[in-house]
Amino acid sequence: MSGSITYLEAIREAQYDALRNDPAVFLYGQDINTFGGAFKATKNLGKEFPGRVFDSPISEDAMVGLAIGAAIEGARPIVEMQFADFSSIGFNQIVNQAATLYWRTETPCPVTIRLPSGGTAGSGPFHSQSMEAIYAHYPGLVIVTPATVEDAYWMLLDSVALNDPVIYCEHKFLYYHLKSESIGERSLPIGKARIARPGRHATVVTYSAMVHDAIRAAEELQLDGYQIEVVDLRSVKPMDTDTILGSVARTGRLLAVGEAFPWGGVTAEVISRVASEGFHLLDAPPMRLNAKDTPIPYHPNLWKAHRPTVASIAGALRSLLRY
Amino acid sequence: MSASPVTTTSKRTVSAYPADFQEQYLRAFHFMRLSRVLEEKLGALYRAGGRIVGGVYLGKGQEAFAAAMGVQLRMGKDVYGPLIRDQAGRLAFGEPMTDCLRTYLGAVTGPMKGRDGNIHRGRPRDGYMAMISHLGSLLSVVAGALFARRLKGTLGDSIGATSVGDGATSTGAFHEGMNLAAVEKLPLIVSIANNQYAYSTPNTRQYACDNLVDRAKGYGVHGEHIDATDLAACLTAFRGAAARAKAGKGPQIIVGTLLRLAGHGEHDDASYIPDKKRHTHEARDCIDVAGKFAVAQGWATEADLVTQMEEIRRLVDQTVAKVSKEPVPDPFKESWLALSTSELVEGQNAS
Ligand SMILES: Cc1ncc(C[n+]2csc(CCOP(=O)(O)OP(=O)(O)O)c2C)c(N)n1
Ligand SMILES: [Mg+2]
Repeated sequence: MSGSITYLEAIREAQYDALRNDPAVFLYGQDINTFGGAFKATKNLGKEFPGRVFDSPISEDAMVGLAIGAAIEGARPIVEMQFADFSSIGFNQIVNQAATLYWRTETPCPVTIRLPSGGTAGSGPFHSQSMEAIYAHYPGLVIVTPATVEDAYWMLLDSVALNDPVIYCEHKFLYYHLKSESIGERSLPIGKARIARPGRHATVVTYSAMVHDAIRAAEELQLDGYQIEVVDLRSVKPMDTDTILGSVARTGRLLAVGEAFPWGGVTAEVISRVASEGFHLLDAPPMRLNAKDTPIPYHPNLWKAHRPTVASIAGALRSLLRY
Repeated sequence: MSASPVTTTSKRTVSAYPADFQEQYLRAFHFMRLSRVLEEKLGALYRAGGRIVGGVYLGKGQEAFAAAMGVQLRMGKDVYGPLIRDQAGRLAFGEPMTDCLRTYLGAVTGPMKGRDGNIHRGRPRDGYMAMISHLGSLLSVVAGALFARRLKGTLGDSIGATSVGDGATSTGAFHEGMNLAAVEKLPLIVSIANNQYAYSTPNTRQYACDNLVDRAKGYGVHGEHIDATDLAACLTAFRGAAARAKAGKGPQIIVGTLLRLAGHGEHDDASYIPDKKRHTHEARDCIDVAGKFAVAQGWATEADLVTQMEEIRRLVDQTVAKVSKEPVPDPFKESWLALSTSELVEGQNAS
């Protein structure tokens, strides 16, 4: 593939290939057919695959319910939530119906639910949320959080191929900002974390858009002579504890960074695993950095201060290294 | 009042029912009585204590409405999403009695293997959906199964059917599912058993329209309201609904009025139902009504009914005795896998 491709285009490409490769795949979501989706993640797919891309009513509960029923019949639906935030309306179907189906009845439930996640300035409290921890809490779901163009593409294809319900958290901030020369070769399967940047003085464990902020913070600290390792979780459930522990074994210091709200969540899970399984590896108390414990603000001045930034990650790393 | 179109000529009664009506009626009636006896047994096991853990939720008084829908369906061809009070419908659809008993008793031989219990059972791959507790949320799932079949080109003349109570119609899931099924014009029958109570809550605290069938107009679907204590009326309504669904007329709502003749569950004495309600037309026992009607039509004799009942009791007793001896789950043999992709299950590699 020549030219460059954005994270958003990779998501579109993956859906194109999923539709092309498997007649069991169909897309269901609001404004996704002729309009191509609120973010254009399904641009032209309705035209290219007539009768397989459906505009749904604004009924997140029923959209997910329909997908589950279709999956029981052997279909492999991809549901687009217009924003991750609205998946709260489909929450019951996701966590009680989709997530329990295999356990209760040994019937596979190959449903992929795309959640345009995370903050962009000006989006406010209800178009900015990161829901991965909420869903990860429930048994029976796989939660992926791609941070790169390559993962956006391959992990979406892998999600559709999986015989289990997948919550695919795609970060809206990366849609247009993140570009790559090409999609690239398949790298790792779902469930494996990636060392996004090697280092030896401290480990940052993070995922999704924060991987890029963490790498920039690491570059900043390099100017002071510190080699910071950045682990990109890729999937928050399952969480690749081995790779996390391996990194902490090399560095002795851990900072977990997430854009989600601070109570519980992915960063707390990372720290709890390292504390219980790798306490002896730590040279300093593990740290975590999250958004503030308020709804997500609208104005850019407030928004930037609400979530972790390159500066706040760098600051946290400095205090971690000073310990 | 019965909706039976019967015309009387000089000496004998000529039924104006279609040719296969009698056969369907008697089949439905059989499953109504089988359901009643089976459920009485479940109630007895519950009260005896020990074997049944958790609650027992019965469909007493709702058998005609449930069975009339069930006999329209063909296991392996149609999609069925029953709810709490549909034991008669489940049997009519083709659920073996053992599925019910094994689920209540938690036997590993059953479809739920002790992982879920009582009415929360099914075999989704056979088009028999396993309800979750959350009321209203099965409607869109049944719709989705039909949707997928249409997409695959395998829909043919198969239909879907699901049921809710008056209380479940107040959920967002019911509304979303109903509207979506209508928008997608799916061949789906939705039965609403208005037994006048949702647990202890009367209709006056549940909805504010005159009759729940009024909602059909809002969804743009065909709706009918019937006396659900009358098996002939129920059959006529569900036969029509099935035919219209197969003919591409989209979702069909059938609202039936009746009274729950048991507690919400066997733990509940339903003392909130005023005595005078228990003597209304809606409180008629649909099984008595259906039996008398069958005899009046000359479709069965009193003696037939007695013999059949003896056979039903024997069958239920035998099945209970058999299932009672079956193994219950062992936590050390349980696979504890919530995902079908076992390598993605957390903790599988943990020490
Ligand atoms: C969404 C939801 N809320 C509450 C309950 C608890 N609950 C179980 S059955 C029931 C009453 C249901 O009434 P109705 O829909 O009229 O059915 P019926 O029991 O009368 O057959 C309630 C409140 C539930 N299962 N689901
Ligand atoms: Mg009720």
